[in-house]
Amino acid sequence: MENRIKTLFEQKPQGLLSVYFTAGYPNLEDTVPIILELEKNGVDLIEVGMPFSDPLADGPTIQQSSEIALRNGMTIPKLFEQLKNIRKHTQIPLVLMGYLNPVMQYGVERFCQKAREIGIDGIILPDLPLSDYVREYTELFEQNNLSKIFLITPQTPEQRIREIDSHTNGFVYMVSSASVTGSTNGQAVANTDYFQRVGQMGLRNPGMIGFGIHNRDTFSQACNHARGAIIGSAFIKALAQEGSLEQNIQTFIQGIKQEV
Amino acid sequence: MINYNVDENGFYGKFGGAYIPEMLYPNVEELRQNYLKIMAEPDFQEELQALLKDYVGRPTPLYFAKRLSEKYNTNIYLKREDLNHTGAHKINNTVGQVLMAKRLGKKRIIAETGAGQHGVATATVCALMGLECIVYMGEVDIQRQAPNVARMKMLGATVVPATSGSKTLKDATNEAIRDWINNPEDTYYIIGSVVGPHPYPDMVARFQSVISEEIKAQLKEKTGNENPDYVVACVGGGSNAAGAFYHYLDTPEVKLVAVEAAGLGVDSGESAATSVLGREGIIHGSRTLLMQTEDGQVTEPYSISAGLDYPGVGPLHAHLHQSGRAIFESITDDEALQAVLELTRLEGIIPALESAHALAALGRIGAKPDETIVVNLSGRGDKDLTTYLDRFDLHGK
Repeated sequence: MENRIKTLFEQKPQGLLSVYFTAGYPNLEDTVPIILELEKNGVDLIEVGMPFSDPLADGPTIQQSSEIALRNGMTIPKLFEQLKNIRKHTQIPLVLMGYLNPVMQYGVERFCQKAREIGIDGIILPDLPLSDYVREYTELFEQNNLSKIFLITPQTPEQRIREIDSHTNGFVYMVSSASVTGSTNGQAVANTDYFQRVGQMGLRNPGMIGFGIHNRDTFSQACNHARGAIIGSAFIKALAQEGSLEQNIQTFIQGIKQEV
Repeated sequence: MINYNVDENGFYGKFGGAYIPEMLYPNVEELRQNYLKIMAEPDFQEELQALLKDYVGRPTPLYFAKRLSEKYNTNIYLKREDLNHTGAHKINNTVGQVLMAKRLGKKRIIAETGAGQHGVATATVCALMGLECIVYMGEVDIQRQAPNVARMKMLGATVVPATSGSKTLKDATNEAIRDWINNPEDTYYIIGSVVGPHPYPDMVARFQSVISEEIKAQLKEKTGNENPDYVVACVGGGSNAAGAFYHYLDTPEVKLVAVEAAGLGVDSGESAATSVLGREGIIHGSRTLLMQTEDGQVTEPYSISAGLDYPGVGPLHAHLHQSGRAIFESITDDEALQAVLELTRLEGIIPALESAHALAALGRIGAKPDETIVVNLSGRGDKDLTTYLDRFDLHGK
């Protein structure tokens, strides 16, 4: 069966732009408009964040957007309701990203089935251990045609990178540097040794660099070291600007994509 | 027989494990691979035992509380963890973990704290070892535990307020974990309770197990029997209870009583009684009982006691609860305060608010006149004096 993430990486060799946003932020019903506007502006892949009260791996921007989204009433059932007809409007690859506990309470099996019904292509759950996934969920994800995307970091040993690569399908999420999300100190693209080391490993999955990618410079530098890059916090900050959602998204994405 | 200790995968029954993002994996894995080996090294043990004896002041007394025993018509012994250096059991663990950090070559220590006791105990051992120390503490707790904040600063630690969520222990823990993600090479995270990803719950329980090791020897000396009928301890994350229960886990005739904070009442919406209000979930890297909404969002607990104000519980305790090995009780703010005054006036010992929850359960146990109860008096009340003066209306008297 076709998986849109796989197709995307087959068709587009370089400079892929993936954008993360927190569902339910800035307003509860913005989810679908944001997805459609991102697609219109030429984004290649979208990660829809499922807000959690205690996002351990996230910096202040995503923490605050999550808090607001939860206050706005975002839940997993609500998100599925919003995305129910999304495949009538767009074929852009969609990934759901969030922490394990809300998914566990919804029921992992039910979650995967619902994601398949809607036409979700991949799942990222940073705090689901690789060992638990391999033991309990591999079949479930495969049955539902969902890519399971795992993270690696500059500290991940080579052997573990290979193990992660063997269980990932879609792409390997290369965390750029030792940092929670949303750092703008420029370290995101400083670790070229790490990018080259991973690049030379000949992994079966393509790599995407994320965490700390926040403007045109960091995006284009990341693209030199991987198939593309992921922007989250910087985009969420752009959504908070004055002006319409459409205008903010257009301004931000065009700013990133210029001359790449 | 049910196994109450951790298994090789880091689980207590179905609870425990290491549900952590990949960024934390190398550090946690390094610790997992080394902690038992390091703890078994003779020179590690020698250094640890010397510090526990001469620096912490162990063994702490097991005190027969005569007037308290008369009141409840039974035999009550208090394990005086309040007499440790820095005023609580927390230092048993920080002494152990700081030696662990040194063996692993770490230069920078981070910690979370609720009541401030773990923060003070961490700042203390960092001063002793000449290590940089950063303590994360909820903004609300900084307000209500001012004396401990002052002590940490005096000891040279940097106290960083956690301003997210409920601004208490849970959020301080989140911030400490984020710091560890940002500093993966040189930093060691001294977790203060039997919570967090494996191997922390087991390692902290082992460092605290000195409490029940001593109780056994001391009770044998005093009564001729190393086994009491009951061991009673308060549970937030559960480190003092883990230490007091540890060597009795496989002795079913010793009943274990874990006392949680009911806050304003278990059904009031303002409570921290996780065993009653919690459901299985994931918090701070561990599968355990957790207070949460239907949608899996962690709810904000409440207790007058900052050290018990935590929405989860260590996976060992979740297992003890589910298997029925421990009896769980919950005590309200008011009941705890009553117990503070009772112990103070009967025995001349001012307990910490946390420990007072354990004392308040004495009336619930229904022990017989010939039975023996050991209450783990985990900390002293100096840090809570402002609360006591307010609540007992003792200003200006």
